[in-house]
Amino acid sequence: MSLQQAKPPLPSDDKRWKLVNATMRRNGYADHALIETLHSVQDAFGFLDEGSLRFVAASLDLPLSKVFGVATFYHLFTLKPKGRHACVVCTGTACYIKGAGGLVERLQERYDINPGETTEDDRLSLLTARCVGACGLAPAIVIDGDVLGKLDSESLIAKLEELT
Amino acid sequence: MNLDDLADLAEQYRAIDANVEREVRVCMAASCQSSGAAPVLDALVAGLGESQPACKVKGVGCMGLCSAGPLVSIAHRDGSLEESTIYRDVTADDAADIIASLDGPPVERLRCPTDQPFFARQQKIVLENAGIIDPDSFKGYVAVGGYSALIRALSEMTPADVLREVTDSGLRGRGGGGYPTGLKWSTVAKMPATQKYVICNADEGDPGAFMDRAILESDPHRVIEGMAIAAYAIGANKAYVYVRAEYPLAVERLQTAIRKAKRSGFLGNKIGDTQFSLEVEIRLGAGAFVCGEETALMASIEGLRGQPRPRPPYPAESGLWGYPTLINNVETFANIAPIVREGGEWFASIGTERSKGTKVFALAGTITNTGLIEVPMGTSLRDIIEVIGGGIPGGKAFKAVQTGGPSGGCIPAQHLDIAVDYDSLKTLGTMMGSGGMIVMDETSSMVDVARYFMEFCMTESCGKCVPCRTGTQQMHSILDRLAKSQASRAELALLEELCEVVQATSLCGLGQTAPNPVLSTMRYFRDEYEAKLGDA
Ligand SMILES: Cc1cc2nc3c(=O)[nH]c(=O)nc-3n(C[C@H](O)[C@H](O)[C@H](O)COP(=O)(O)O)c2cc1C
Ligand code: SF4
Ligand code: FES
Ligand code: FES
Repeated sequence: MSLQQAKPPLPSDDKRWKLVNATMRRNGYADHALIETLHSVQDAFGFLDEGSLRFVAASLDLPLSKVFGVATFYHLFTLKPKGRHACVVCTGTACYIKGAGGLVERLQERYDINPGETTEDDRLSLLTARCVGACGLAPAIVIDGDVLGKLDSESLIAKLEELT
Repeated sequence: MNLDDLADLAEQYRAIDANVEREVRVCMAASCQSSGAAPVLDALVAGLGESQPACKVKGVGCMGLCSAGPLVSIAHRDGSLEESTIYRDVTADDAADIIASLDGPPVERLRCPTDQPFFARQQKIVLENAGIIDPDSFKGYVAVGGYSALIRALSEMTPADVLREVTDSGLRGRGGGGYPTGLKWSTVAKMPATQKYVICNADEGDPGAFMDRAILESDPHRVIEGMAIAAYAIGANKAYVYVRAEYPLAVERLQTAIRKAKRSGFLGNKIGDTQFSLEVEIRLGAGAFVCGEETALMASIEGLRGQPRPRPPYPAESGLWGYPTLINNVETFANIAPIVREGGEWFASIGTERSKGTKVFALAGTITNTGLIEVPMGTSLRDIIEVIGGGIPGGKAFKAVQTGGPSGGCIPAQHLDIAVDYDSLKTLGTMMGSGGMIVMDETSSMVDVARYFMEFCMTESCGKCVPCRTGTQQMHSILDRLAKSQASRAELALLEELCEVVQATSLCGLGQTAPNPVLSTMRYFRDEYEAKLGDA
């Protein structure tokens, strides 16, 4: 049993750190709460930067290398900030058969970014996912968390243009 | 609590709705919500208001024909609240017409004929409550007999009795491999340990599969009940559900269900006033396909990188934190309550000689009826695709159906008459997998499909062992050159050789099965590979 050790101070007085701390506390600061904690950092801040990884490592008493290793292993975690809007194109098999590849190409062309990148004005990030479980609506697109189905590239771009 | 108390409780909950003559059910599972089910539900609630107390509007789970959503069904008391009418592609503007028609003939223009094979040919065990009960309602689940299997097991059966029923049922794991569930449970039950765990694998990493998602979103208590029965049978008091983070609605409904089950005494301490206790916790995946593999999944729960380790030792012996662990798929657990309720023999009477019960399949790709179906094991592929699935739209010809995800393969038209079960699909060089079926028409290129799956395995390889890490990369680059008509005959031969090496020497199922889509497309569509040779 490890002794109760002093917890590191919050990286800033941003209220969102309280949420992160709550997740760790709920799990008794156990090392196996790492993934849950990273989820909560990403939910709160949108991405994981070095400062937050250091803070989590110190709080859970884990080597930074391990925290970094876990954060980079899982596709859902991102170390780069995202744009104001996120457009996730499902590239699972059903969506692939129904033309998801063409949608990605068209978006790459239109916004001059590759999957995983964000436009220069920070407005839009283009991402891909492996099956969002709405295969009946293939090709499926997730815009800012909302799943939309059966879109062609023109109506998709029209929707993206409406975002501010 | 004994069975009589629970029966009384169910009666009480049914009595709440005793005056309801009609139910208007709106599918609020993920797919229909994406098509706009929420405004439909709101419009129906607003339109009916308090004016018709005998008519109840409620949100329910998946009705199956997801591609035609939002779906709305109307159920009448005289048919014991069985649905008599299903409406498809409903919008909020249709609410008024639907309400107006409640006392008369149905709205023809929205109607989805329920006598069509898609509905008529199914047999529902796992999905018996899907589309009927409100997944967020604990009372709704108890009213249809929920938790009676758990209470029955706790009050009238020993763990050995439960193991016997599950073994007699012949149920095999629905997560892909088809390992006998009774045998797995018995192995864990035999382990002498003070601490044991139950894990529900809800990672559902196969692209094109959404059975587990639909089950969790439609009937979450059913899965929890199955897990609790399992925990009782093997002697565990702690359970985890590992759900992929891409399924937020499933996670939410599961959370609600766990909270309500606990508050009502069906989880937590001394369940049903017995000595049995169980805590269930949710763990979120973070987007790694390999985490569906059982040893990787356990590493992920422990907060580590999700990398598989060699088996044996199997989780049954040494699993989570080194303790004996039972890990089963969502659909496997969803089959447990009916088995305990109706008996193992009943379940064994459904299906084929070596694959018992029903199977839920997700139909996707170029097929008329996209969605979820449940049919007895042994139903022919032709029935599933042409009759229930409605065939290929747009006058195109069927080319192949892909089963088993990245671990499976493609089945061509000449084998459509095969009866689908674990073993028959293996003879065709593919597998059942978790139940995703992706239908492809004549316009699909099989070399492209093989390349697609290899790209998937390459990116999802955890990188721990060399054959899988570099083998999938090599295979992908050859397939890519093939698809672009740049590869030579020698490279094609190398590809075949690589398939064998990667299959034989990879550490876990991901690498071992990664060559399957290539091998199976080569087996049935060799001419397409030949036609793509650069030096042909
Ligand atoms: C690469 C890989 C991915 C897997 N993904 C899943 C999955 O998403 N869901 C699942 O239930 N089983 C998956 N499995 C199978 C599990 O390892 C395990 O066999 C299964 O959960 C056992 O449950 P069952 O006996 O009820 O089928 C996967 C296996 C491999 C090798
Ligand atoms: S076969 Fe692939 S996924 Fe499995 S352990 Fe090896 S590298 Fe990782
Ligand atoms: S493959 Fe795209 S939602 Fe399933
Ligand atoms: S999600 Fe509504 S029918 Fe499947």
